[in-house]
Amino acid sequence: MQPVDALAKVCADVRPGEPEEGVLGVVPRWVAAPSDVSEAAEVMRVAAEHGLAVVPRGGETRLDWGLPPRRCDLLVDTARLDRVVEHAAGDLVVTVQAGLPMRRLAEAVAERGQRLSLDVPLAGSTVGGTIATGAAGPLRLLYGTPRDLIIGVTIVRADGRVARSGGKVVKNVAGYDLGRLLCGSYGTLGLIVEATFRLHPLPAACAYVTAPAGDDAEGASEAVQAVLHSSVVPSALQCWTSPGRGIALGVLLEGVPDGVAARASHVAGLLGDKATFSEEPPEGWGAYPDGTTLIDVSAPPASLRDLLGALPAEAACTWSAAGRGYVGLPPEMTAEDVARALEKLRGALAPHHGGAVVCYAPEEVREAVDLWGPVPALSLMRRVKDQFDPDHRLSPGRFVGGI
Amino acid sequence: MNRMDGTLRALAERFTGLLGADAVITDPVRLRTYECDGLTAHRAVPGLVVLPGTAEQIAEIVRACAAAGVPYVARGSGTGLSGGALPRTDGVLIVTSRMRRILEIDIPNQRAVVEPGVINLDVTRAVRPHGYYFAPDPSSQQICSVGGNVAENSGGAHCLKYGFTAHHVLACEVVTPDGEIVTLRAGDPGYDLLGAFVGAEGTLGIATKITVRLTRLPETVRTLLAAFDTIEAGGAAVSAIIAAGVVPAAIEMMDALSIEAAEAAVGCGYPPGAGAVLIVELDGPAAEVEHQFAEVERLCREAGAFEIRIAADDAERALIWKGRKSAFAAVGRISPAYIVQDGVIPRTALPEVLARIDELSAETGVRVANVFHAGDGNLHPLVLFDDAVPGAAERAEEVSGAILDLCIEHGGSITGEHGVGVDKARYMPRMFTETDLDTMQMVRCGFDPAGLCNPGKVFPTPRLCGEVPGVRKGVHPLVAQGKAEQF
Repeated sequence: MQPVDALAKVCADVRPGEPEEGVLGVVPRWVAAPSDVSEAAEVMRVAAEHGLAVVPRGGETRLDWGLPPRRCDLLVDTARLDRVVEHAAGDLVVTVQAGLPMRRLAEAVAERGQRLSLDVPLAGSTVGGTIATGAAGPLRLLYGTPRDLIIGVTIVRADGRVARSGGKVVKNVAGYDLGRLLCGSYGTLGLIVEATFRLHPLPAACAYVTAPAGDDAEGASEAVQAVLHSSVVPSALQCWTSPGRGIALGVLLEGVPDGVAARASHVAGLLGDKATFSEEPPEGWGAYPDGTTLIDVSAPPASLRDLLGALPAEAACTWSAAGRGYVGLPPEMTAEDVARALEKLRGALAPHHGGAVVCYAPEEVREAVDLWGPVPALSLMRRVKDQFDPDHRLSPGRFVGGI
Repeated sequence: MNRMDGTLRALAERFTGLLGADAVITDPVRLRTYECDGLTAHRAVPGLVVLPGTAEQIAEIVRACAAAGVPYVARGSGTGLSGGALPRTDGVLIVTSRMRRILEIDIPNQRAVVEPGVINLDVTRAVRPHGYYFAPDPSSQQICSVGGNVAENSGGAHCLKYGFTAHHVLACEVVTPDGEIVTLRAGDPGYDLLGAFVGAEGTLGIATKITVRLTRLPETVRTLLAAFDTIEAGGAAVSAIIAAGVVPAAIEMMDALSIEAAEAAVGCGYPPGAGAVLIVELDGPAAEVEHQFAEVERLCREAGAFEIRIAADDAERALIWKGRKSAFAAVGRISPAYIVQDGVIPRTALPEVLARIDELSAETGVRVANVFHAGDGNLHPLVLFDDAVPGAAERAEEVSGAILDLCIEHGGSITGEHGVGVDKARYMPRMFTETDLDTMQMVRCGFDPAGLCNPGKVFPTPRLCGEVPGVRKGVHPLVAQGKAEQF
């Protein structure tokens, strides 16, 4: 039997891939959209039988991150895996399917006054894509990233078998935590089909305190330190800059109205007399910076000055005091310019145990630079990959070291 | 003398050259000191004990073990409650108690770098003058090691709000089962191997240097004790607090029997006649805490609390916690022997599960005292028995196992913080399918294909890693012996 016929037998929604569905230009031969977990498992089993290379697709918000797949026979579209399986509001836990957009997840749990504390920059992205790329927004300062909030995960393995780890209780140390391992794995270990997250109550009040810092990287760094070492417990502490607009700082405080007001005025005192308050996020809050090349920087709090100092004049940057930021570079920069900027960033951050990874970039840039930079435990990663996907059929070549 | 003794003797000689004679223990009497961890029901005298002082030495030890095919187990302070550091009689026990240096305190980056043998509370002691602390607070924090916390992904009473060790570890330098030294760092490109490593119960390698996140000391801490007639009323208060959107730092509950024990042991002076007491602690910015604390107090009263005590200062707070913190040991006052169980249920299932535990207790005549982290549904039923009575231990074990079944039935877990170790490996198939366990072990195979690093823990059946493709002929001997399954 031809692969397409075998796929059609187990999944109602199978069709040839369209040219515009290419993953960084690599057009899939077929696209399958399973409607439930068992159908997804069947699709993966057929893919295994026929040796098909599989790339998962969620909301297409980060499909252009990483490298192009070496092969893409089958694109597994998770759009129909979009159910909220269970919202146990009393337990502050939600189980959802991987294709559910984050925005809809937020709406569903907000009905009961709760939230998943992941303010991902692109709300159209799906749960699966958010996990696979480890995406998080400014709230990462207080709540961490997907790896800190995921408490259970179900995947379909390369061989089509369904495997689960964790569970639906927050406190659980039974077995290995595959949820954390899958966060940021770029579809190379398995097809994520379901996930369970811990939730938090929606805060009753919030305040954003923002202040410009001009071009004073030293001053911005000092202000960040002052807020971090205060006891106001900010939910987010951001620093951003773009060409010609100087450096700005923003602090998000959440809680009960009286508490937020008191804490916001304390923070304003730390940020100086130009601080302003708002209940709405300032423009561009938490968004990825503009540019055709996006660089994810790992930069701990005390490296902020060096990070800002290493940015090219054309760069836009947004950084969280959690130690993670994004740098956007404009299309005018040549591949050589980008390579130089990347090298400078890596050089500035290395002494801080930081680094810089290119998320997306034009093809000529991708070909000119090492997207990932040094990967200390690469041989261990390869061995884990070989166990999960011995034939290298899952998103082959998309990830570090050709994984 | 069998071959193994000869192998261990050769290793002992080699390690003596490497570490010096005072860091290698072969004397049977001294070896016995290490025969168990905090779970004394499982014992095995290690073949050999080594006390290395550096990562390089551990790497050398691991390489030597790998070359000789000898299993090894890492041990910190030996306070684990699931036999995760149970030694192997045919293996080497690598004890990290000489690696107790705090290497770096980096306040601007809110982190510290410590060796694995550093005591949990010593991290907090060292950084408190800077206004910081290390958040994971297992009840053994005065003696347990950070390396052990990493292995077990330790929690504690305050993990309801602050999370587990996994959330507070930023990097680990690890000696892999290959004997290589690698650093797994959150935020480095590639797989989150750090995320897999923390909580793997020492089966993926040995942490030799740990970078921990430091948390700002809260501006305010408020603690109250509320007494209820019944455990149901206490449970209702917990639900109401959570439903009101409050995230307390801790919510602990004790039932009448555990209160009785604590009273007998430490005279904690909890309100007489209470069917349950609840300890609720809030911390954070003063303005937040004051508001929410008033709400918690109101909700407790509405749920039927007949007495509420509010700690006015640290001394009174310590008094409130005294009964709870002494509960496990205190049970020794009312029972000759007991099993500490550790199970988790969705918090909302609390009333039903407690009722079922009561029924179990009534049916079997086995008394069960209940102490729990009520905020996250983590139960610590203490199953009491008299070890002088024949068959009593077995009956208690049965009740203890039945409680785990209840947890699984209600969508919970067989362990919330004590780990699987050797103790609960046999329960894993009740919670996970064969494929689930096989998939977890793929990680194990990636790190430790020879299966020498803390073998026999976590998983009931080892997975063959198939690292030598194409050369295997016929059925693997372990499969033939029924000791392993192949996928």
